[in-house]
Amino acid sequence: MGLRGLHQPPPREGGLERFDRTERWLHWVNATLVGVLVGTGAVLYWGDLASLVGRRALIKEIHVIAGLSLPIPFLLALPGRRGRALRRDLGALNRFSPDDFRWLRSRGADRSVRLGKFNPGQKLNSAFVAAALLTMLATGSVLKFFSPFPLSWRTGATFVHDWTALALGLAITGHILLAVGDPEALRGMVFGRVPAAWARRKRPRWHDDLTGGDVSAEPVGSATPGP
Amino acid sequence: MDGTPVGRRVFLGLAAFGVSGILWGSKAAGFMERLLAPVAAKDGSGILGLLPIGRFRIYSIIGTLPSRATADWHLTVDGLAGAPYTIGWDELLALPSVELTKDFQCVTGWRVLQVKWKGVRLADVIARAAPQAGATAVEIESFDGAYTETLTLEQARRDDVIVAYELEGKPISAAHGGPVRLYVAPMYGYKSLKWLQRITLVAKPEPGYWEQQGYDVDAWIGKSNGRSDEPA
Repeated sequence: MGLRGLHQPPPREGGLERFDRTERWLHWVNATLVGVLVGTGAVLYWGDLASLVGRRALIKEIHVIAGLSLPIPFLLALPGRRGRALRRDLGALNRFSPDDFRWLRSRGADRSVRLGKFNPGQKLNSAFVAAALLTMLATGSVLKFFSPFPLSWRTGATFVHDWTALALGLAITGHILLAVGDPEALRGMVFGRVPAAWARRKRPRWHDDLTGGDVSAEPVGSATPGP
Repeated sequence: MDGTPVGRRVFLGLAAFGVSGILWGSKAAGFMERLLAPVAAKDGSGILGLLPIGRFRIYSIIGTLPSRATADWHLTVDGLAGAPYTIGWDELLALPSVELTKDFQCVTGWRVLQVKWKGVRLADVIARAAPQAGATAVEIESFDGAYTETLTLEQARRDDVIVAYELEGKPISAAHGGPVRLYVAPMYGYKSLKWLQRITLVAKPEPGYWEQQGYDVDAWIGKSNGRSDEPA
């Protein structure tokens, strides 16, 4: 339903560049790893599912390898020239404008708010997910390599790993539902570009930053005319 | 770029909270179990059953999960025994059975309330081998090839120590230590050896797998390993 937009040809030329190649690569590699972790984690967590699937040892091995691999895509994507857009967007996720606070106070209902590249919900979600993944990595490592640690650490790590997994699962579900409900935004993460009209409507401040605020201006990226 | 750096603060705050949970989580876990486990036990919808409280966690000390079909399973009782023997699945089930419903308490903190077990008293299994006068303890061995446990004969002869073959009315799955495992109700879970295959009567037992790594040999719930849980 909401995914129909994906079947249209990608807007290679028109529109505004929202995510560059590195950012999209990082998003989808990380999403794949997290998907594997959620799937294998669910099997390890629910006994009924585990007895259905069997091969618990293999599932556990995959879970551990995927978990320990989590930092690798970030470390590859962040440095140097290729990480410029990513680092710039991390800066944008960090900063909350006065409009963002108004958006939060009105729970997104205040129509006069002019949002930048990300809405405050996305900013909070990214901070939460980043902290949750770090927490899962740390507690998961204690569970995997428990022998040097006191027994109570293992108990604590089990507790935090379980509850954080639950919270993270809810956040990921919300993230996917919102993306499916906004196909143009989703196409932005798949193909890298979004229609200028979408940006003007949903992220006016970001749109104006890119286009210089002129509604009639040609979008960035289509400067070279076709034949 | 202007604006307040809220994102970084939220990230650092949550990450510090989450990671430090390794230190405070064991206390919080105990609190949540006491608070929620009784509610979850009475919850008909099963929704609370999805929460991380009052559930078994599966540990195996080897890389894989051992499994054995009942037809291939055997139990040997030997050592300082006048009548050492080996029996199969059918012979075990033919022995007088007992049922036991008690909490399962792990030394890492989690507890599953009111677990229903069925099996044979370990006392009966040992008596059948006619222990010799010098025997004071049993060494117990798992078919995973690595896990071992010990009990004194006095402990092994308690009524709440059984060789179990049913869990919650069903055969015990491989993950839970099936087809046959030990259930030592008054002690922490590591005494309830999974994947049972051999019981050896001895005069001086070698400490079991976890005991060699510093766990208490007499693993009474609430009175060992520096913990203060309620008895099962």
